[in-house]
Amino acid sequence: MDLSLSTRTVGDRTIVEVGGEIDVYTAPKLREQLVELVNDGSYHLVVDMEGVDFLDSTGLGVLVGGLKRVRAHEGSLRLVCNQERILKIFRITGLTKVFPIHGSVDEAVAATD
Amino acid sequence: MATVELRFSPLPEHVRTARLVAAAVARRAGVDEAVLDEVRLAVGEACTRAVALHSAQNLSSPVRVALVEDEKKFSIEVGDSGPPPQPAESLPTEQPASAPEEEGEGEMGLAVISGLVDDLEVGADDEGGLIRMSWPVIPDEEPV
Repeated sequence: MDLSLSTRTVGDRTIVEVGGEIDVYTAPKLREQLVELVNDGSYHLVVDMEGVDFLDSTGLGVLVGGLKRVRAHEGSLRLVCNQERILKIFRITGLTKVFPIHGSVDEAVAATD
Repeated sequence: MATVELRFSPLPEHVRTARLVAAAVARRAGVDEAVLDEVRLAVGEACTRAVALHSAQNLSSPVRVALVEDEKKFSIEVGDSGPPPQPAESLPTEQPASAPEEEGEGEMGLAVISGLVDDLEVGADDEGGLIRMSWPVIPDEEPV
């Protein structure tokens, strides 16, 4: 299983739909995608992780890197995730305090805080 | 002797193979289905850390993975060829005070492993650093 990435725009938000496995091998592709979006002026990102089967610390590192980049432009990076096994990794690393995590893309798009 | 042993070139693309093999052997050994995700993640983190360490030190020697099935537990050992980890490194704080740096993923990997695995030992053997972790197995029900 490789990593799949697709992007679409909803208002001022850019949705990044991620599928497959985010690990040490595939994480650089996600990093490139996030860097490219920020370089192109997309500063409000919603990363939809509902199609992610596996996430490790390398993937977390890329998401944190993305957050730092958008924050440099006063932007935001929100996650969409309902999968317990993925959420658990955010909890044990304390990153639930760093990322806003939403139950749906609609909810993430509507969020403004 | 290990039930299954695996040696792979220290390249990121092989970490997934190690995860799949470890999960398959763990399942066969009787590790609870609910825990298999943790086994997969922990062995992946340990292998990722070993690959990064080999890469940083230009070591071409393989990463070693031993999967050992016992009556009461299933153990995984992931060995690298680097220096033994420092004691401070083996005891990462449960929750980082600040967001981890994008480049400093090795420490986060260990933090994830220690958050997942109750029986964890970070040490060394003759060949280099060694991470040992184990999970209980559900014993086969014996007839009365």
